[in-house]
Amino acid sequence: MDRSEAFTNLQSCAVDVLHVDAGAVTEEARFKEDLDADSLALIEFVMALEEKFDISVPEEELDGVTTVGQALDLVMAKLAARA
Amino acid sequence: MPVAVTGMGLKTPVGLDLAAFWAGLCSGRSAAGPITQFDTSEHPVTFACEVGGFDVGTYLSPKEAAHLDRVTQLGFAAAVDALAQAGDLGADPARVAVVAGTGVGGLITLEKEVTKYAEKGAMRVSPFLVPMMMSNATAAFIALQHGFTGPNFCVVTACAAGANAIGEAARLLRSGEADVVIAGGAESSITPVGLAAFNRMGALSRRRDDPATASRPFDADRDGFVMGEGAGFLVLEPWDRAVARGARIYGGIGGYGRNTDAYHITAPSPGGDGAVRCMQLALEDAGLAPGEIGHVNAHGTSTPLNDAAEAEAITKVFGGSPPPVSSVKGSTGHLIGAAGAVEAIASLLAITAGALFPTANHERPEPALAPVDVVHGAPRPLAPAPALSNSFGFGGHNASLVLVPAPAPAAG
Repeated sequence: MDRSEAFTNLQSCAVDVLHVDAGAVTEEARFKEDLDADSLALIEFVMALEEKFDISVPEEELDGVTTVGQALDLVMAKLAARA
Repeated sequence: MPVAVTGMGLKTPVGLDLAAFWAGLCSGRSAAGPITQFDTSEHPVTFACEVGGFDVGTYLSPKEAAHLDRVTQLGFAAAVDALAQAGDLGADPARVAVVAGTGVGGLITLEKEVTKYAEKGAMRVSPFLVPMMMSNATAAFIALQHGFTGPNFCVVTACAAGANAIGEAARLLRSGEADVVIAGGAESSITPVGLAAFNRMGALSRRRDDPATASRPFDADRDGFVMGEGAGFLVLEPWDRAVARGARIYGGIGGYGRNTDAYHITAPSPGGDGAVRCMQLALEDAGLAPGEIGHVNAHGTSTPLNDAAEAEAITKVFGGSPPPVSSVKGSTGHLIGAAGAVEAIASLLAITAGALFPTANHERPEPALAPVDVVHGAPRPLAPAPALSNSFGFGGHNASLVLVPAPAPAAG
C-alpha cells in the first residue's frame, strides 16, 4: 500500500471516529487543536487504524504523535515491517 | 412552602413532549410492542415499551451522541426541554445543581463492550466505555453542556431513583445549597442481557401473544411488568424565587418521604409496611392529612407482589376511603430509574388538567387485593388537590412525593 492509499484509508477512519470533515484531515492537521480529538478519542482513532490496516500499535508508540502526518508515518512503518 | 416546578421535559414510550405524553396517557393505550433494538428470537419475552421516533440529532451533534449511551441521550434531551420551558433562570451557575436518577446507567454500552472484549480481547475495549456506562454520566453531561457548577450527583435506587432525585433536589433547595436544581431520571436498559435478567427474576410479563395488554396494574390477570425506557426532568426552584423572576409555575413539590424496607432484596415488605411509612413521611413533610390528597399516582408495576403490597399500603394510609388511584405503567411500561420523575410530571399534568389519566389495561380488579379505586377506561375529573406519587425500588428503597397545584392565576 503506498502512502497516498494509506492516507485515504486513514482519512476515512478519522471521518468515522473523530466526526470531522474529510477536508480537515490533512497531514499537517493536529489531533488536539485542529481535529478536537482528546486523549480518549485518539485511542479510539488508533483502534480504528489497527482494524483498518490490520496492524498493532502499542500505546507507548503513540508518544509524540500529535499530527495526522505522524500517525501516517507510524502506519507506514508498521506496514513496511510487516511486508 | 413547596418547591416550585418551572420546567418539565420528558422522552417516553407514549410521547416525546408533554402534550403527546398527556394525550397518550388519557387514551388508555399501552405503548408495548415487539422490541426493535435487538433480535429477541432467543428470548422468552420479546416486547417492551421503547421510545420511538427520538431524533438525537435535535439535541446533540453526531460526535457528542457517539460518546453518550442512549440513557444519557434521553436524559439530556428531557433536561434540555425542561430548561427551555423554564426560560431564563437568571441564576449564578455555581448555584445551579443537577440531580439525576437511574437504575443501571449505560447498560447498552457496557453490554456491547463486554461482547467486544469476549470476541476480540482487552485491547479492543473502547476508551469511552467508562464515561458512557457510569451511572452519573447523565448528571455530569447536563452540567457540562450548560456550565452548571453547583452540587451534582446521581441517585441509584433502582425503580425509586427518579423520585429520590426530585426529593433530594427539593431538599437542596430547602437547605439553601442551590437556587435552581435540574432533577429527574433516565433509563435505557432494554438490552439482551437486561431483558433476560429481569425475565429470569420472574419480574416480567410473558404475555408475548398480546404485548399491548401485558402491563395491567392492579388487574386480576396481571403477570409482571413490561420493561420501558425513557427520561423525565424538572426544573425546580424556591417558590419565591420563581415568582420573583416571573416564571410560570406548573405546580410544586410539597413533600418527600423516603425509607427502606430492610426486608428482602427484591420483594416488598409484608403488608406493604415500608410503603405505608414512606407515604406517611411524605404527608408529614408536606404538612397534609391523608384526606387532603386528591389522587395517588401508584408505583403500580403490574407485578403480582408489588400491586398487592401497594394496594394494602394505600388502604392502611388512607383508611376506608382512599382517593382515586392510577398508574402510568399500563401505558408506559416500567421506566425503572426514570419512572418516578416521569410519574411526578404525570401527576402535575393531571392536577393542571383537572383529570386523572386512566390505568391502561386495568379491566378487572383482583378480589383478593385491598380495595383501591383504580381509575380505568377513561380519564376521571379531578378537583384541584395535592397528589401522592409512589416509587418503590428493588433493594427495598421507597420514595413518595407530594405534588401540589400551582396557585390559580390572580383574578383580573
